[in-house]
Amino acid sequence: MKNFIFILVKEIRSYFNSPVAFVVATIFAVLTGYQFYVIFAKFSQLSFEVQTNPTIASQFGALNVTEMVIRPFFNVVAVVMLIMLPMLTMRAFAEEWKAGTMELLLTFPVRDEEAIMGKFAGCMGIFTMMLLLSLPSVALVGYFGDPEWEVVVTGYMGLFLMGGAFVSLGIFMSSITENQVIAAALSFAALLLLYMVGYTAGLVGETTGKVLEYLSIMFHFEKFAKGVLDTSDIIYYLIFMALFLFLSMRSLESKRWRG
Amino acid sequence: MIEVEHLTKKYGEARGINDVTFSVEKGEILGFLGPNGAGKTTTMRILTCFMPATSGTARVAGYDVFEDSLNVRRRIGYLPETVPLYTDMQVPTYLKFVAGLKDVPYREINSRVGELMERVGLTHMAHKFIGELSKGYRQRVGLAQSLINDPEVLVLDEPTIGLDPKQIIEIRSLIKGLAGERTIILSSHILPEVSAICKRIIIIDEGRVKAIDTPENLTTQLRVSDKVRARIGGPKEDVVKALWAMEGVKNVETGAGAEDSLPYVVEFSDGTIDRSSQVARAIVEKRWDLYELMPVKMSLEDIFIKIVTEEGN
Ligand SMILES: Nc1ncnc2c1ncn2[C@@H]1O[C@H](COP(=O)(O)OP(=O)(O)OP(=O)(O)O)[C@@H](O)[C@H]1O
Ligand SMILES: [Mg+2]
Repeated sequence: MKNFIFILVKEIRSYFNSPVAFVVATIFAVLTGYQFYVIFAKFSQLSFEVQTNPTIASQFGALNVTEMVIRPFFNVVAVVMLIMLPMLTMRAFAEEWKAGTMELLLTFPVRDEEAIMGKFAGCMGIFTMMLLLSLPSVALVGYFGDPEWEVVVTGYMGLFLMGGAFVSLGIFMSSITENQVIAAALSFAALLLLYMVGYTAGLVGETTGKVLEYLSIMFHFEKFAKGVLDTSDIIYYLIFMALFLFLSMRSLESKRWRG
Repeated sequence: MIEVEHLTKKYGEARGINDVTFSVEKGEILGFLGPNGAGKTTTMRILTCFMPATSGTARVAGYDVFEDSLNVRRRIGYLPETVPLYTDMQVPTYLKFVAGLKDVPYREINSRVGELMERVGLTHMAHKFIGELSKGYRQRVGLAQSLINDPEVLVLDEPTIGLDPKQIIEIRSLIKGLAGERTIILSSHILPEVSAICKRIIIIDEGRVKAIDTPENLTTQLRVSDKVRARIGGPKEDVVKALWAMEGVKNVETGAGAEDSLPYVVEFSDGTIDRSSQVARAIVEKRWDLYELMPVKMSLEDIFIKIVTEEGN
């Protein structure tokens, strides 16, 4: 536990000593902020038209801010995460392999799992800070409208769990190579693939479709964004994280054997 | 304190080390000497639990490096050859991080770090990031990190490489000052360095142990060299013929000098016994004058080169 905390603190510190955290968080905030602006502006325009034009009003009925702003916004955040998180996780182990600092780290009395969990938690810390940067947007919705707050809460839970899955996969990719670009490219490709299998689900047979849908990393987020907490979705993300953290352990072990 | 038995490491097909066996007593300083690619770093990486051996066993302080690696790692301080440090950390921050991981009690971390920085001469570098330090100062940070929990065993891979002569002397005396309770293994290419610091030397080449002994023994044992120098007064051709006639002669060289006392160097094929008396007898039998007779002394460098090249050809 003590080692885990020392490594966690060191990781967070090194994210802030390098421009990585700053750059990634800024890009994240700008992209999600811009998308939020687009979504929200559209919504305000529509609600203005609904108020002034009865024909449109009868067409749309009552406008739902949760459905028309909050949910699309969460989906945008999820996509931006998919793009930005590999850049956050790529350095986790690759940088240390390259610089040779792994040699010292692995000869300290630290268990492999403590090192992996420390790095995982470090990335999760930075990711959480990024996620907090999107709160002002949601607060703005709350100020002007009346969103369903339980959807906001479950949505953030879903984003956090999905981010954990992204980070664990990124950590694993970073543990198998000493090249940060390769680590980022592999994580991005793998996440994109897991994102896209959901879309192909409709094209294949029913059973295969179900399997593909279950594998899809975004499919499990949908219910969170609707305010529904389903244990099977939570379990999916937890298993995903456990699997890739376990694979990272095996990867460290095999790297040791190869010397 | 350290027992290594039949240790072998293969990198895929490539050879790392082959059947290395040695042991180190508590409090001893052992020098690891060998040319590039000999297997020094490989052996040290196995001892420090960075990587497992292909076969054989190694025990440090009674714990197996593979089975009981955490217990070994708690007791070892390691300075890798490349001195890998986190360049984006400041010196004290880094040392505190290592102290934490190496089980220094939380309350003692600050005082311990300050004490060590003073000891290795880093106090005036406290505000710097490690990336800004020169090679010599990084080496000191590396040394400080290896000493942070006052380990029983120190493994130093080429601790003085890349330093200027003044720093070499400083670091050497620092290492010497660490001896006593502590067991130290250090590697080097430079023989005078190991013989100045170490009580015992292992010469390793192409992954195999070629010799283990004290510097003094290595020298005396091998200084009974395979060459004898003699100044002899006698007809040149006859002298050369008589020298060649002796048992086990490999080569006879004639040097330049006064006609009546020419120097000769006789080389024997077997250098394990002193041949001076044999040469003396041969000369005296012929009733020539013997002005000077002595085995050609080998420097430690010669010995090193001899041991590493001997089995190659
Ligand atoms: N990671 C590795 N992969 C493959 N081969 C390796 C690896 N590390 C070392 N070797 C090989 O193992 C042998 C021993 O290398 P080692 O680094 O132990 O030598 P060394 O005695 O430390 O040499 P130097 O004095 O140059 O540091 C060499 O032939 C080297 O090529
Ligand atoms: Mg080496």
